[in-house]
Amino acid sequence: MQRILLFLYSLRAFLLFVFLEAIAIWLIVSFNSQQGSAFFNSSNQFSGKILGAQNNISDYFSLAEVNKRLLDTNAELLAALEVLRKPADSVYIQLDSAFESSFEFKGAKVINNSIRLSQNHLTINKGANQGIKPGMGVFNGQGVVGRVKGVSNNFATVISLLHTDLLVSSKIESSEVFGSIKWDGNNPKFAKMLYVPRHVKVQKGDKVVTSGYNAIFPEGIAIGTISEVKQGADTNYLDITVELSTDFTRISYVYLVENTVEQELDSLYNSSGISNE
Amino acid sequence: MNSSRIFILIGSFIIFTLVQVLILKNLVLFGVAFCFLHVLFILLLPIETKTIPSLLIAFGLGLMVDLFYDTIGIHTASLLIVAFIKKPWIKILTPTGGYDDNLQPSMLNMGFGWFATFSVPLFLIYNIAFFFIESLGTDLFIPVVQKIIASTIFVFVMSIIVQLLFYRRRRGI
Repeated sequence: MQRILLFLYSLRAFLLFVFLEAIAIWLIVSFNSQQGSAFFNSSNQFSGKILGAQNNISDYFSLAEVNKRLLDTNAELLAALEVLRKPADSVYIQLDSAFESSFEFKGAKVINNSIRLSQNHLTINKGANQGIKPGMGVFNGQGVVGRVKGVSNNFATVISLLHTDLLVSSKIESSEVFGSIKWDGNNPKFAKMLYVPRHVKVQKGDKVVTSGYNAIFPEGIAIGTISEVKQGADTNYLDITVELSTDFTRISYVYLVENTVEQELDSLYNSSGISNE
Repeated sequence: MNSSRIFILIGSFIIFTLVQVLILKNLVLFGVAFCFLHVLFILLLPIETKTIPSLLIAFGLGLMVDLFYDTIGIHTASLLIVAFIKKPWIKILTPTGGYDDNLQPSMLNMGFGWFATFSVPLFLIYNIAFFFIESLGTDLFIPVVQKIIASTIFVFVMSIIVQLLFYRRRRGI
């Protein structure tokens, strides 16, 4: 018995190594999934505060760029508003609540971002106290950014579109053909569009937007433009490369969108036995 | 080891972590060369440090870095490997006459040739472990190899610069 104990004691460094390595692997396996807890990542209070302080400084260097973007967005919105403005001599009737918007929008600031790994995340400076919930869609003026993964009281982590596990339901705007956008891990400017059948005629330069089918994003938010179409190795589907419209190297402010009827949709899907993505 | 050296170690632990997560995290050359300079902190622990303390320090440092990189566990796992094989590797590299007491295995103390043979394999192992775990489940072989080689060169050059700028012979920071 004593010999066994002595033997184990002589191996103590190795045993500690195995033990700690096992903890690390357990952390990798259980916290890197898409729906992770918010405790062990950059959205917890401690790292969120430090990242926020850093961002307060580095923010000044991108202010000019952000201002220009906001101005562009403003101009676009003003143009869109002009179309909707009611002429003074017309009467409007409320048709049906079914046509009302079921999406709510919020704004937030990005305080941490990565693009070079194969599973990238962002951290934003709003959390549960400001009404952010896991699963909300994230986009900015240019296009889709990602999806909220975990929230703490004042911060939230977002799975970037540049994450090899994130699928975004999308469609080609001109032909209304559906597919899924997935990043292949190579270049942060390009992603792949999956599940577009071979018989579909796809043009280089076609716009790709969100489809509104997966209840995260409203329909029609830009994702990118098709830059390359190949026949690909798969016999059923085309190999389409999409140039992303979002410039992930300089994201500073984002919008979050919440689908207010998502619960209703989910329970409907559940009760009828369909799984939605 | 007297108490002032422990304070120096704690101070450099905090400095290494902050520099890593606030500055070097945003520094990726050509999209492939990452700078994981915090590995240097583990490498520069005094030679007589036992494996168990270095494992515990590596675990703490890895968790801190992971928090900010949103890669929970990956840095920790890779850093533990480095901390575990550091001691045997130093033993293999013992020069004739052995090591002095309380020596930091830095370039200034041991010379460029010794430090290169000591650190490059460990940096390489760290990068292989990190990028391999990080890209599990994807079929990115060529980009991962590019990242491993570029990062190893980059972090080795950075570690030499940092030692020339901030370290003195025979002592800590």
